[in-house]
Amino acid sequence: MARHTLSVLVEDKPGVLTRVAGLFARRAFNIHSLAVGPTEVDGISRITVVVDAEGDLLEQVTKQLNKLVNVIKIVELLPDNSVRRDHLLIKVRADAATRIQVTQAVDLFRASVVDVSTDAIVVEATGTTEKLEALLTVLEPFGVREIVQSGTLAIGRGSRSMSDRALRAS
Amino acid sequence: MSKGTPISPSLMASKPSAAKAADSVDSVDSASAVLGPNRVVEPTEMTGSEAIVRSLEELGVDDVFGLPGGAILPTYDPLMASKINHVLVRHEQGAGHAAQGYAMVTGRVGVCIATSGPGATNLVTAIADAHMDSVPLVAITGQVASSVIGSDAFQEADIVGITMPITKHSFLVTRAEDIPHTLAAAFHLASTGRPGPVLVDVTKDAQQSKMVFSWPPKIDLPGYRPVTRGHSKQVREAARLIAAASKPVLYVGGGVIKADAAAELVQLAETTGAPVVTTLTARGAFPDSHSQHVGMPGMHGSVSAVMALQQADVLITLGARFDDRVTGVLSTFAPNAKVIHADIDPAEISKNRTADVPIVGSVKEIIPELTEAVRAIQEKDGGADLAPWWAFLNRLKEDYPLGWTEPEDGLLSPQKIIQRIGELTGPEGVYVAGVGQHQMWAAQFVKYERPRAWLNSAGLGTMGYSVPAAMGAKVGNPERVVWAIDGDGCFQMTNQELATCTLNKIPIKVAVINNSSLGMVRQWQTLFYDGRYSNTDLHTGAETLRIPDFVKLGEAYGCASFRVEREDQIDDVIKQALEINDRPVVIDFVVSPNAMVWPMVPSGVSNDLIQVARNSTPVWEEED
Repeated sequence: MARHTLSVLVEDKPGVLTRVAGLFARRAFNIHSLAVGPTEVDGISRITVVVDAEGDLLEQVTKQLNKLVNVIKIVELLPDNSVRRDHLLIKVRADAATRIQVTQAVDLFRASVVDVSTDAIVVEATGTTEKLEALLTVLEPFGVREIVQSGTLAIGRGSRSMSDRALRAS
Repeated sequence: MSKGTPISPSLMASKPSAAKAADSVDSVDSASAVLGPNRVVEPTEMTGSEAIVRSLEELGVDDVFGLPGGAILPTYDPLMASKINHVLVRHEQGAGHAAQGYAMVTGRVGVCIATSGPGATNLVTAIADAHMDSVPLVAITGQVASSVIGSDAFQEADIVGITMPITKHSFLVTRAEDIPHTLAAAFHLASTGRPGPVLVDVTKDAQQSKMVFSWPPKIDLPGYRPVTRGHSKQVREAARLIAAASKPVLYVGGGVIKADAAAELVQLAETTGAPVVTTLTARGAFPDSHSQHVGMPGMHGSVSAVMALQQADVLITLGARFDDRVTGVLSTFAPNAKVIHADIDPAEISKNRTADVPIVGSVKEIIPELTEAVRAIQEKDGGADLAPWWAFLNRLKEDYPLGWTEPEDGLLSPQKIIQRIGELTGPEGVYVAGVGQHQMWAAQFVKYERPRAWLNSAGLGTMGYSVPAAMGAKVGNPERVVWAIDGDGCFQMTNQELATCTLNKIPIKVAVINNSSLGMVRQWQTLFYDGRYSNTDLHTGAETLRIPDFVKLGEAYGCASFRVEREDQIDDVIKQALEINDRPVVIDFVVSPNAMVWPMVPSGVSNDLIQVARNSTPVWEEED
């Protein structure tokens, strides 16, 4: 099934995330990833949700989301006209013998080492889903201990802001 | 700003006497719930609970249904002094359904009040029911103090969380100053766009603390902008399709009643000359007596209505949602039809059946525009010839009228009783059904001539809806005869509201269509489970223990109570019931458990396989 990235502007009110997540569950829509945070406008949060849906189902998802009173605006960000990034923290085994090799791999991916201990390091990486998967593949042989990953973040290219028109009225 | 005469002695602020602003609040078309120029209250200090009552007064509320308890207790004190009529129910579910019935007959927002925890959870069924049938409802619940929320305090339940999937929206209010604008927003949300239930959960400390009340409040709903005006290009496109159609059908749903668009619908129907089908929620949206009415579609619809949809080349869908009980197997529904779909909820369009011409907006505005557009085309090109289409439909109406066969066990036929109730009461009455066989018969055999005369739980199918909803309908329409047409199963779920009716002088009439069983389930057991009647016998009917005895039960509640067991008693007792207006009436109509609802489209097959009697499907002559 096709994967789509929706950017959803919502009022920053208690329970909004529950409403959005609950809607997906009850209408049997699949969420692939979800990220939420504040925006440039006070009181407005932005949810980036990647869904597995196509055609009519994607239209239903969007319409049902729009029915939520706290949802202000939804746009689909297409790959061609948007930038999308995931954020990843990886704890990987690295002792005196392997540390150099691990840090070289990290450098190749323009990732950075943010914590070092005697037998492990923590790597921070940002990039497309594909790039992060590649990094993980390279680090795997050293022994990946722990992974934590954000949902995809996405923003449209060019000068326009998603909140421009949404908040002009009312 | 003006100051008028005080409305509630205990509430110091004032309410000008002139404006009755209910219209602007309750109309689906209203752009905002902020009220007219006279309804201004200067800042006045009061408690949150006084603000709740005061806000309801300012919103034009006359009647509420509820039951107090610890967490809502502060609000019941100022309520005692208010002009608002509070009807004390015996179970909160009854308050919810009563508010629904009230809303359905008046077109105004129904209000129910309950305490926290079990009080709130008892409202859940009614809230879900209102959500499925788009009933404007505001439910106000008490909540434990904000300081103890999340601690599993006594009678704490996360009712906002519980009702999230079954409300249009919900609010948790923890500060007194948020009460007026939240209630105003709740009423606005409930009554505009696609109507629905809104829950306002108010913590006990918010009710008890002081705030400064003023009116009107400012409503801030940046994400809520219902579209009411249909896109004119789409309307013209729809008109072109209609004008070119040789087998058009107006598929009319409950949205036409919610939008008060019945008069507009008659204009459109007569302009197009197209047959009209009215769904279970739309009975009365178009007069049954009109020659263009071909019946109710769906699982228990009439052959003419079901086949009109199946054979149509254009469906003009107005405020309907292609429910599975109407479409049967979706892929075989109206296979040759182009679909025009007008609805105020964009999410309904192309949800089940893809629309060829979608029109988002209020049918109140769309229908007249559509009528005009069709008329314009007709004046230019002449009207379409629908004579062959009508010949086909009229033949179906003639060959397969609604009817029944008399039971062979000598017991009364339920269909006849329901038909006589309708005939003796007339179209000005209000008929409120429960859920099951009696509901289908009431939809089939009572003739509806006006909107808001037929109430039932359609989408959720809530047994027990009838008595409390009839109670609410009678409060909303005290001058009308209100019949609860109920089943013996349904009646036993909510009959305690008869106490409420008797004590509050709400003289509804309850016709218990007593077949001594869960009749619709039993019908399915007869048809699909080889007559193995697992757990459907209720022992209330002929030659049983009669537990309970409905006549004695009615008498215990102070109702005039009758039992009808013979054909010659039917009219007499109905007439007697119609004469009684000082207390509720309960009639135990002892009927045959073997009567079945026909026609029927069995579950999981195409509507083409509609059966007019057991294993009897008409053979269709395809026209082309």
